[in-house]
Amino acid sequence: MTINTMAKGGWHRDQMSCFRKMEKVIVAMQDPDMGMKMRNQRLLITVIPHAMTGRDIIDWLMKKYNICEEESLHISGLLVRYGYIYPLKEPRSLVLRPDESPYRFQTPYFWTSTRWPASELDYAIYLAKKNIRKQGELMEYEKERYSVLHKRINHTWDFVVMQAREQLRASKQRRKADRIVLECQEQAYWLINRPPPGARNVLDMGLERPNNTARVTLNSEHYKNEIDTCKRALGRNRVKSSICLEGFVKYSEQYQNHDPIMQGCLPSNPWISDDSAHWTMNLETVPTPTRLRVERWSFSFMELLNDEMGRREFMTYLEKEFSGENLGFWQACEDIKHGESSRIVEKVEEIYRNFLAPGAPRWVNIDSKTMDKTLSGIRHPHRFVMEDAQMHIYFLIKKDSYPRYLKSDLYKNMLAKGIVPQETKKSVFPFMRRQRHSSPSPAQVATQATEEGGNAKGAGQAGTNSAAGSNV
Amino acid sequence: MAADKAEMDVLKKECDGLRTQIEAARKGVNDGNMSSAAGSATDVGRVQLKLRKSLKGHLAKIYSMHWASDSRSMVSASQDGKLLVWDTHTGNKLVAVPLKSAWVMSVAFAPSGNLVASGGLDNMCTVYNIKAASPKTLRELDAHTGYLSCCRFLSDTEIMTASGDTTCCLWDLETGKQKIIFTNHIGDCMSLALSPDENTFISGACDSLAKLWDLREGTCKQTFSGHTSDINAIQFFPNGNAFVTGSDDCSCKMYDLRSDQEVITYQDASLNAGVTSLTLSNSGRLIFAGYDDFNCHIWDSLKGEKVGVLSGHDNRVSCTGVPADGMGVCTGSWDSFLKLWN
Repeated sequence: MTINTMAKGGWHRDQMSCFRKMEKVIVAMQDPDMGMKMRNQRLLITVIPHAMTGRDIIDWLMKKYNICEEESLHISGLLVRYGYIYPLKEPRSLVLRPDESPYRFQTPYFWTSTRWPASELDYAIYLAKKNIRKQGELMEYEKERYSVLHKRINHTWDFVVMQAREQLRASKQRRKADRIVLECQEQAYWLINRPPPGARNVLDMGLERPNNTARVTLNSEHYKNEIDTCKRALGRNRVKSSICLEGFVKYSEQYQNHDPIMQGCLPSNPWISDDSAHWTMNLETVPTPTRLRVERWSFSFMELLNDEMGRREFMTYLEKEFSGENLGFWQACEDIKHGESSRIVEKVEEIYRNFLAPGAPRWVNIDSKTMDKTLSGIRHPHRFVMEDAQMHIYFLIKKDSYPRYLKSDLYKNMLAKGIVPQETKKSVFPFMRRQRHSSPSPAQVATQATEEGGNAKGAGQAGTNSAAGSNV
Repeated sequence: MAADKAEMDVLKKECDGLRTQIEAARKGVNDGNMSSAAGSATDVGRVQLKLRKSLKGHLAKIYSMHWASDSRSMVSASQDGKLLVWDTHTGNKLVAVPLKSAWVMSVAFAPSGNLVASGGLDNMCTVYNIKAASPKTLRELDAHTGYLSCCRFLSDTEIMTASGDTTCCLWDLETGKQKIIFTNHIGDCMSLALSPDENTFISGACDSLAKLWDLREGTCKQTFSGHTSDINAIQFFPNGNAFVTGSDDCSCKMYDLRSDQEVITYQDASLNAGVTSLTLSNSGRLIFAGYDDFNCHIWDSLKGEKVGVLSGHDNRVSCTGVPADGMGVCTGSWDSFLKLWN
């Protein structure tokens, strides 16, 4: 959203693209060979040509663009709402009815994009014409706007009235059918560009952001800061792109089975089946975690630490190895970082007593340099006083205990015990033989014969959808 | 006066020199491109998500939405002056928070689920406790001199805000005061995202730049250019090593933090509408980008191809979000509806 809004003659870029797309469709609809079939509309004794029914419009769109009815209804609805097609019966109801209701194309002269922005002067002339024709019987809101305009552009009012009279006179010269068509077109144009109160304003541009151009003064101070920032940025470590890019590919592949939008999820996606079993199985604490969840613990140390059950399992393992204090220390430091300020001093003291003091019950092994720094920092405790020590212990666990945990029987048993839920079969009718899948993979992953034996879904992967075709 | 100008010119030259050096350093490590790296990845094919739920309740344009960490609740903000907290599974509205100012532009859910925050043209970020019997205003964070474009909680005690006054700010919710102000952008900040490890964050602004910041030091670590217009949306790739931006120049770009440069642009000749919002699926493979042409297009983040579209909104898609468990996508629009797809 750029700050500048509708300047005279300009056009807010946002809407323009949609209008151009709609105009392409409209032009195609009016193609003499492949376009819509026109009918005649009967208005008492007048016959007005070039009308079409809502049903015809829907069908034509479906055929031409090879889309379903729902999509066709949506697109045609947009065409009406933006004024490219207008209804002949009930002109104020800008919806597309998929029945025999008649519609007509708006003339390009009255396309919103052609005459942008709609001018006050034109609106005044229009209301003046209507006022004269209906001898003052305008709608309530039109009366209000008319008087507002009268005040605002009072200096040109003579011109307005003169133009209105002139246009009315000219229209009297036309054939009745043409006159009616022109009136409809003009009315449709104004219903969109000056919608009645309560009706949706499709040309609304949204919150106007205050245009404050003098935000940042580009003075020496600014450039001095920029230089510092650039120097810092220059000094950053950089890794070769090839390695980084490969990392992204690997990550996506690793997590593909864990991505419900890519692969669906078992037993079923609650949004589809309305069955919240999946959520129940994956609560923070469950008696037995799912296999997918346990598998994620092996993806990265952070995955393990971020999962409460994972942390607990890991702690059990560490206690067996008599190194549980490391994880305990890390958790206590996290608690300080994210907890209430009022309890920082108390928590820091507790950590010192339990983990850092000589002879502490759960003493952690930190190198002397970090220990010295931390101990002096403790004299003035703040939220991040334990940071260095915490980092040290974090990397220690990550490099040492974590890989061993993944190889341990404890972890392997957890993985084997992990639940692989059965896909909930969802049958629509009892006598339907082919049951619908309640957990389809929306992303149709092309089957890849990676495994020998050609089992498309990779029999070796835990927790995948049933091989009986989960592609929708 | 002349002396000042001369000094400025010298400084400007030094700046430009440094920027050139940074570009050179980036080129130096650029030994591959995404299409060759992604050559080995499986094809995603055509992604067709179905509309599962349509949440009706707002009476005016929806400007922002945010999932709760339980992946079931979600909060949305609309110009009708209300925040609505939804249970997306049942479709029920759990809490309605009336706003003092209806010109809301952003809303956020705290990871704990206890608090929500919102802000907009009132230049303030208001934090509400929604677990109380009726929603209570906890704090009004009032120090920005421009509109609030984005807010994100770090915890119940800290929140980040991005503002039209070109700064981002870290606030202490216990005191209601600013802790750190991040200044470096020269255009309105439109969007921000926290890294998964919460040590850094990224911001996108109307100066067409994305910046990486150190949350604790308060400094700008790196600047990423490439876009030619306002950046409206920004999100991290789930492993925290890259981020994706969406801009008014009708394209999205992915920038890699480790090799320190842009790696791929997502654009299409037929797409000439600005990007308003974006979100990624859990594996990072799919990018859901909301555009001004009322659609939400789906991109394959690795291969850079458009693989699907979510169309069903009758007006601009203003916000998108994937919940933590990755079950699907939620899109919110100016047509006042929120739609859930998967």
